[in-house]
Amino acid sequence: MDWMKIMSAIFIVVMLVFLWPRAGQMLRESRKGSGSEWLVVVLLLLGVAGFVAFLMHGVSAKPI
Amino acid sequence: MSLENPTVTGRSESLLATNQLIRNTYLMLSLTLVWSAAMAGVAMWLNVPNMMSLVAMFGSMALIWFVLPRTANSSAGLLTVFAITGLMGLGLGPTINYYLHMEGGDQIVMTALGGTGAIFLALSAYALTTRRDFSFMGGFLMVGMIVVLLAMLGNLFFHLPALSMALSAAVILLMSGFILYDTSRMVNGGADNYLMMTVSLYLNIYNIFVSLLNLLGASRD
Repeated sequence: MDWMKIMSAIFIVVMLVFLWPRAGQMLRESRKGSGSEWLVVVLLLLGVAGFVAFLMHGVSAKPI
Repeated sequence: MSLENPTVTGRSESLLATNQLIRNTYLMLSLTLVWSAAMAGVAMWLNVPNMMSLVAMFGSMALIWFVLPRTANSSAGLLTVFAITGLMGLGLGPTINYYLHMEGGDQIVMTALGGTGAIFLALSAYALTTRRDFSFMGGFLMVGMIVVLLAMLGNLFFHLPALSMALSAAVILLMSGFILYDTSRMVNGGADNYLMMTVSLYLNIYNIFVSLLNLLGASRD
């Protein structure tokens, strides 16, 4: 395994160590969203996913 | 007798503070994006090696975790934000160089740039104009981030291209969620420091751009 992989792995582990307690705190303190609130989020993220798929199709399409 | 209604005065003061926070955050975000792009240009011109890019990422993360929280309320915070975004721009240089050397690389980079801008502007505009409260997403987004990081750690050893693409797609969706969450925190309270907000939004944009580059590069292959 090369140094880049080892450094990347260390970087990710350090991020996990820092984010873990914050995630627990945010899970405890976040208010619960209603069904309609989550529906709005899902629709917005579906829009983003569709847009990214459109960009990927545009880049992968071969010129005539 | 005072003609001022304390409730109305308090509300207009709070609205003024919110507008100022939003204005300062977006002004600072524009400046840091230009600065970061310039630093990426310098890194590309100097042909900075990949290892240097990882060192720059370590440096910027150390500044975000240890220095920014202590300096965010002082003028030193401004320098810290420019140091963070400059280092991240420097780290981005080798990645952009890699994609530019691919066939049709310039199209990939420009599409990723335009796509990132469009996603950010659309989601920010939605959160700002509707003034919806997305604070309920906080826990979900953090857990999602941890799951993605664990999967990234695993993929460092297994190196599955399909998993790499799935992770990039997941990061784009997570960061889109964070844009809604952060913008809503600015509008509805929960955030009062424009430097911290600038770095949060900058990280969202940065991660969307890098993941979009990865997805577009893979789809080109």
